[in-house]
Amino acid sequence: MSLLELKNVYKIYGELHALDDVSLTVEKGEWVSIMGPSGSGKSTMMNIIGCMDKPTKGEVLLDGVDIAKESKKNLTNIRRDKIGLIFQQFHLVNYLTALENVMLAQYYHSMPDEKEALEALERVGLADRAKHLPSQLSGGEQQRVCVARALINYPEIILADEPTGNLDEKNEEIVVELFHKLHDEGTTLIVVTHDPEVAEVAQRTLVLRDGKLSKEIVNDHFTGKIRFDDQNPF
Amino acid sequence: MKKRRMFIRMITASLMRRRSRMIVALLSITIGATILSGLVSIYYDVPKQMGAQFRNYGANMILTASGDSFKMSDVQSARAVFDEEEIVGIAPFRYENVRINDIPFVAAGTDAEEAKATSPYWAVEGDWFSAQGDVLVGSGVAESFRLKTGDMIEIAYTPEGNDESSEDGEIVLDNYDYFNVVGILETGGSEENYIYMSMDDMQALTQTEERVDVTEMSISASGDELSDYIDEINAKVPAVRASVVKRVTASEATVLTKLQALVLLVTVIVLALTMICVATTMTAVVAERRKEIGLRKAIGASDKSIIQEFMGESMLLGLFGGAIGSVLGYVFAQQVSVNVFSSSISFRPLLVPITMIVSIAVTGISSLVPIRSATDIDPALVLKGE
Repeated sequence: MSLLELKNVYKIYGELHALDDVSLTVEKGEWVSIMGPSGSGKSTMMNIIGCMDKPTKGEVLLDGVDIAKESKKNLTNIRRDKIGLIFQQFHLVNYLTALENVMLAQYYHSMPDEKEALEALERVGLADRAKHLPSQLSGGEQQRVCVARALINYPEIILADEPTGNLDEKNEEIVVELFHKLHDEGTTLIVVTHDPEVAEVAQRTLVLRDGKLSKEIVNDHFTGKIRFDDQNPF
Repeated sequence: MKKRRMFIRMITASLMRRRSRMIVALLSITIGATILSGLVSIYYDVPKQMGAQFRNYGANMILTASGDSFKMSDVQSARAVFDEEEIVGIAPFRYENVRINDIPFVAAGTDAEEAKATSPYWAVEGDWFSAQGDVLVGSGVAESFRLKTGDMIEIAYTPEGNDESSEDGEIVLDNYDYFNVVGILETGGSEENYIYMSMDDMQALTQTEERVDVTEMSISASGDELSDYIDEINAKVPAVRASVVKRVTASEATVLTKLQALVLLVTVIVLALTMICVATTMTAVVAERRKEIGLRKAIGASDKSIIQEFMGESMLLGLFGGAIGSVLGYVFAQQVSVNVFSSSISFRPLLVPITMIVSIAVTGISSLVPIRSATDIDPALVLKGE
C-alpha cells in the first residue's frame, strides 16, 4: 500500500479549478518534488496533503485513511501525528526560543521532552543556538529550527513548502543536505519548490500546470542523469 | 517535562518576552482593578466615614431612666455594650433648678470632654470647665447678668423640703457656692439658658446622692446596628431606657442609602467599561497573533489547547492586574477618603484576593469571544507564504 495516494482529486473555487483531476502516489521513504509556476495549484495540493484543506471531489488516502472524508478535528489529529510541516517563511513563534519552538510540536503531539528536542536541534547543527530567539537567528538557522520541529515527532511525511525560497545558496545547501540525511533514514519527503536545483535532487519531480499534473521527471541523482518521461500518463 | 510545565513556560514566555505589547493589556486591566477595588473600599467605608460626619449633628441615641433615675454605673454598663471605636461620645446630664441672684435657672452637671464630643456644634467663647468650681454659662444667662469669662457668680440651690417650716420645724438652709465663669456657650437652642458644670461640682452644690437624668450618646453606627445596640442595652441595663433620636437616624439612613447606591452604580459602570476595554485589548492581541495561531493549528494544536493557552495568558494578566490594582485601589480610596472625608480609610485584606479573583474572571470572560474567534482561523490561509 502506498503511503499517500491521490485519486482524481479536484479542488474547485467557483469557476476556477485549482486542482483538476489529479492522481498520484507517493511510496513510503520516497522523496518527491512538486514544481510548477505560480497559480498552478501547488499550494492547494500542499494544503490538501497537509490536511489543512479538503478536496471538492476525489480521494486522498494517507496511510490508507481517506482524509477527504475526515472531520476538521480528525484532520488536526492526523496532521499532528503523521505530518511534519516546513514553510518558506519558517513560521517560528517569535517569543519562544529555538528549543521551545521544537518542544511546541512535542507539546501538541504528546509530551515535551527537552533532551529529545535538543537532540533534534543537534541533528540540524543548532545545539549551541538552542536558547536563542528566532530574531537572534539567521534565516538559514530559522529554517533549520523549522526542520528540527518538523522531524521531532517522527512524522510519516515531511511536507516542505518552498523550504529554500528565502535562503541564500549556502543555507540552501545545508537544508538540502538535511533532507538527504532524512531521506537516508527512511523519511518520506514531499518538497514543493520553484528551484530546479532543489527539485532535481529528489527521486521524482512532479510538474503541475493549471491544476493538472503535466509532467513527471524521474531524477537518477545517483548517476547524475536526468530522464524526461513525457509519455507518463500524468 | 510535564505538559503543564511547558504550558506555564509558554504563557510566561509570551507575557515576559512580549512585554511592550502585554503592558498595554496589563495597564487596562490594572486601571479597571484599581478603580474597582478603590470604589468597593469606598462603598464599604462610606457608612463609617459618613457616620463620623453625621456625628457632627449630635447624639443619635439617648438614655433616660426607666424608673425614677439612674446612676453613672448604669451609664458605664451601657457603654460596655459598644466597641470602644464606635463611641464618639457618651455625655451624662443631671439637671437641677438653681438660682442666681434669686432668679431661677437650670444647671446641668456633665462631663466636659464627653459633652464636647456629643455636641461638636456647640460654640464656646472661652474654655470648657475643667477645674473644680469652673462653669460654662449659656449666652442667655450671661446676658442677664452681663457676665463675661473670668467673672465669679454665686449659685444657690434649695434642697428638697426647704419650705421654711419643715415638718419637724428644723430650718433647712439653701446651699451656696461661688463659681468661676470660664466660658460662654452659644448653641442657638435652649442650652443657652443653662449653666454647665462638672458632675462633682453639681454633687457638691446639691449635697445629694449622685444621679443621672439623661445621657446623650453619639455612636458611629446606623440603622439596624443601632437598633441592635438599643435592644442589648435595654436587656442588660434595667435602670435605663435607650432609644434612638429618630430625627437624626432616619435622615442619616436616607443619605447613606442614596450615597451607597451612587457608589454602587459607578462601580457597575466601571466594571462594564473595564470589560469592554479588556475585550477590545484581547481582540487586538488575537488579531495581531493570527499567524501564530495558524502555525500552532498547523503543527497540531486543537481548538481546546488554543483556547487554554490564550485563556491562561489573559487570566495570568488578570492575576497581575488584580494584584497591582488592589494595592493601587487602596491608595486611590485613601486619597478620595482623605480629600472628601478628611479621614483615612481602613485597609481590607480580604479585598486583595477578591479583586484578584474578580479581575481574573473579568479578563477571562471578556477574552472569551475574541479567543473563540481565534479558533476559526484557517491555518492554510494564514500561513500562505506570499
